[in-house]
Amino acid sequence: MIALPAPNPATLARRDALVAGLRKILPAADGVIADPVRLKPYETDGLTAYRQMPLAVVLPETTEQVAAILAFCQAQNVRVIPRGAGTSLAGGALPLADAVVIGMMRMNRILQIDYADRYAVVQAGVTNLGITRAVEADGFFYAPDPSSQLACMIGGNIGMNSGGAHCLKYGVTANNVLGVKLVTITGDIIELGGTHLDAAGYDWLGIIIGSEGQLGIVTEITVRILRAAEGTRAMLAAFSSNAIAGACVDAIIGSGIIPVALEFMDRPAIHACEAFAHAGYPLDAEAMLIIEVEGSADEQTAMLERIKEICSAFAPTSLKISQNDAESAAIWKGRKGAFGAIGRISPDYLCMDGTIPTSTLPQVLARIEALSAEYGLKVANIFHAGDGNLHPLIMFDANQAGQMQKAEAFGADILRLCVEVGGCLTGEHGVGVEKRDLMKVQFTEIELDLQRAVKSAFDPDWLLNTAKVFPLDRLPARASLPHAA
Amino acid sequence: MQTNFTEVQLRDPAIQVADSILRSCVHCGFCTATCPSFITVGDEDDSPRGRIYLIKEMLESGSAASAPVAFHLDRCLSCLSCMTTCPSGVDYMHLIDHARTHVEQTFRRPWHDRGLRAVLAAILPYPARMRWALRAAGLARPFVGLIPQRGVLFARMRAMLALAASERVVAQGVGDVTAQTVHPAQGTRRGRVLLLAGCAQRVLDPGIHAATIRLLNRMGVEVVIPQAAGCCGALTHHMGKHAAFVAQAGATIRAMTDALDEETDAIIINVSGCGTVVKDYGFALRGEGPDLAGKAAKISALAMDVSAYLLKIGYQRTRPESGLTIAYHAACSLQHGQKITDAPKALLRQAGFRVVEPRDAHLCCGSAGTYNILQPEIASSLRARKLDTLTALSPDAIAAGNIGCLTQLAGAGIPTIHTVELLDWMAGGPCPAGLKS
Ligand code: SF4
Ligand code: SF4
Repeated sequence: MIALPAPNPATLARRDALVAGLRKILPAADGVIADPVRLKPYETDGLTAYRQMPLAVVLPETTEQVAAILAFCQAQNVRVIPRGAGTSLAGGALPLADAVVIGMMRMNRILQIDYADRYAVVQAGVTNLGITRAVEADGFFYAPDPSSQLACMIGGNIGMNSGGAHCLKYGVTANNVLGVKLVTITGDIIELGGTHLDAAGYDWLGIIIGSEGQLGIVTEITVRILRAAEGTRAMLAAFSSNAIAGACVDAIIGSGIIPVALEFMDRPAIHACEAFAHAGYPLDAEAMLIIEVEGSADEQTAMLERIKEICSAFAPTSLKISQNDAESAAIWKGRKGAFGAIGRISPDYLCMDGTIPTSTLPQVLARIEALSAEYGLKVANIFHAGDGNLHPLIMFDANQAGQMQKAEAFGADILRLCVEVGGCLTGEHGVGVEKRDLMKVQFTEIELDLQRAVKSAFDPDWLLNTAKVFPLDRLPARASLPHAA
Repeated sequence: MQTNFTEVQLRDPAIQVADSILRSCVHCGFCTATCPSFITVGDEDDSPRGRIYLIKEMLESGSAASAPVAFHLDRCLSCLSCMTTCPSGVDYMHLIDHARTHVEQTFRRPWHDRGLRAVLAAILPYPARMRWALRAAGLARPFVGLIPQRGVLFARMRAMLALAASERVVAQGVGDVTAQTVHPAQGTRRGRVLLLAGCAQRVLDPGIHAATIRLLNRMGVEVVIPQAAGCCGALTHHMGKHAAFVAQAGATIRAMTDALDEETDAIIINVSGCGTVVKDYGFALRGEGPDLAGKAAKISALAMDVSAYLLKIGYQRTRPESGLTIAYHAACSLQHGQKITDAPKALLRQAGFRVVEPRDAHLCCGSAGTYNILQPEIASSLRARKLDTLTALSPDAIAAGNIGCLTQLAGAGIPTIHTVELLDWMAGGPCPAGLKS
């Protein structure tokens, strides 16, 4: 288990006064939650292995309220945890015992849509899919599409620089955000970027996006919206082994074709998702690829023909092209619900998130299989194969003593393997608490020190989402985080 | 998700069921996005995942429900949208049903809350009392302005009067068609069904049963109404009043069972809120002795929403197309509870209507049984949201298969009509009252 720092006793002792102070900022009856029963559901996010009750939860409705809360917390030297929909698989929204959780879900309005210049201004608590829903009738969409896009909020996407199935073609969050309104720990409201790509000076957005809520709290975001393609079509290609499917992915990418999405699922994943989505997945296959192309009908057909040809060289057990939008929707419903669907075959899972060069895919998959046998824990493999972003799901039973620890050790081995073959620790879920202590596998101490210095520049007392991302040793003196025993 | 029940706790079969439901939730949070209460309130505690967590803590602790837990569980509409969304197949319905019973048994609500619930449970399931109450409410209506504007109690009183004095146009002079037991098929008999007469709908809009019977008879189906089968028990079930539920459901089940014969095709239900509960009798009454449990399971297996039955036997239009645009409002109990989504729309299209659907069709309109009375604030916000999306379609009428929704959505200038009345009209029946005006 990854250790959390001991809480600051001075903060805990002032709990009632702090809550009273927060209530002055948010007078609405339910704007501040301090009752332990009500706080309980906030103790965890999508990574339920880690749980910690916060001091209080606040639910602001305006940027000004967020600013007032942050100014108050800094004045009182109280730690702060930003939270969106609480879907993080890396424990990004895990509270600390002496921290105030700032829940952004009430800031869920779309403020402006500009089709002429193709951008939308939204509050941080708007869901990822909510943006596309708001513009799709007019033929537009917001490109990054993490699997949890139905529920996850755009503020959290900024924190983790989220990706998704369609990032192969359209890039990740960082490539699709034009500007943000950021509240600093001092309670100042600043604007970074604007309504077009490439702002003057340093790439401030590049620093903020993916900073896991450690530099400030983003309350408003200007996102790029794109004109939707004329049409899309998905194809299912089934294979007789993980390695063969992996080799096929490499061949497709190597051929120079860039499908909009190229997704991989192995046997356990296929079965769990089919039970949920009834999408007609090939239940006899060992591995399956979802390949999506877009464009005019002719373009789609031409691309699919070429992809089919490549697949044929790998003796596919079946190839199926969706015949209509409803079929495509079902195919994606299965893929997007994949993590949750694993709940049908296992009570608990750890979802890993590493990135590897696509050419190493067959080798990495074989190694994961071997590790699975070694640890005696099953794995379902689901991932964005096109850009080498792996999501092996390690299945375990948290009610059995010791299994959680075993699963964590297995996961760490997989991530080390990713770094070993030339990839990295995180694709799109962020570091959070989950991969915090593995950062040293990826970075040298000098690199980490520089990164810590950036955090200190924004947040000298390390109050914002502390105890994540950076290993707890070598923190700057002012961070005053007592080491965990 | 990890759970922490002791071995002793797990000896209770009900806790075993709850445990396995809790274990199947992986806490992914997908369900929060489609939950009407979460969208309205913006608090994890008012989301499905948050409620699952609250229930887990409450049951694991083995202690009485606390006021905050009761508060947040009460704000759940039991719309079951979360079940449609959940990739893991979490059986939220049985979990919240169990939790509601636990709350009712272990938590003492404030006096006015207890009183209101008792009054609703004592009136709504009984048609005669309900008729009387509606008349009394009608007399009280002119005094609505005297009710103070603040306070949950007064908001609930206003909500009740507004519903009682609904401006919905319903067929007049229909009489109580449910008083007659056997309604013979016209022409050769192709089938025989039992119809659940139920309670509130029969009083609020007797034309719905009349249309159902006319249409089925015309299609060659004999309709039998077992007189002793009254309220299905949904109302008390959703209040967690288990004993009252078992008594009401038990009476209905026995009456239905007595009326069954070899040739009975189905038990037809035209209030989808009731249908969801009747289809769950087998589970809900599994612990009530082998005799009742066995009968309950049989009734559940035979229960069918009227739309599913009509589609199965082949509905046909006889009148020329009306040219009307109908906005189909999917009742939650039908779309989420019974997973019937296409049948009513397909039938309306077969009846020659242009069928349109609102944005966010998965969201509840706020009716949800007695929810609109008990939680007037969230209910009215959901109503406004639903009406916005419906009026944007400029329909000639709104169709739904649940009397609660029809009442909830009335009063916005668009007639709200039960699907079956529209189908009956196009197959030779009278024009629905709501459309005549
Ligand atoms: S969608 Fe299902 S598995 Fe996910 S949090 Fe909700 S109930 Fe749990
Ligand atoms: S039943 Fe409806 S209101 Fe209740 S938790 Fe599920 S989605 Fe939310």
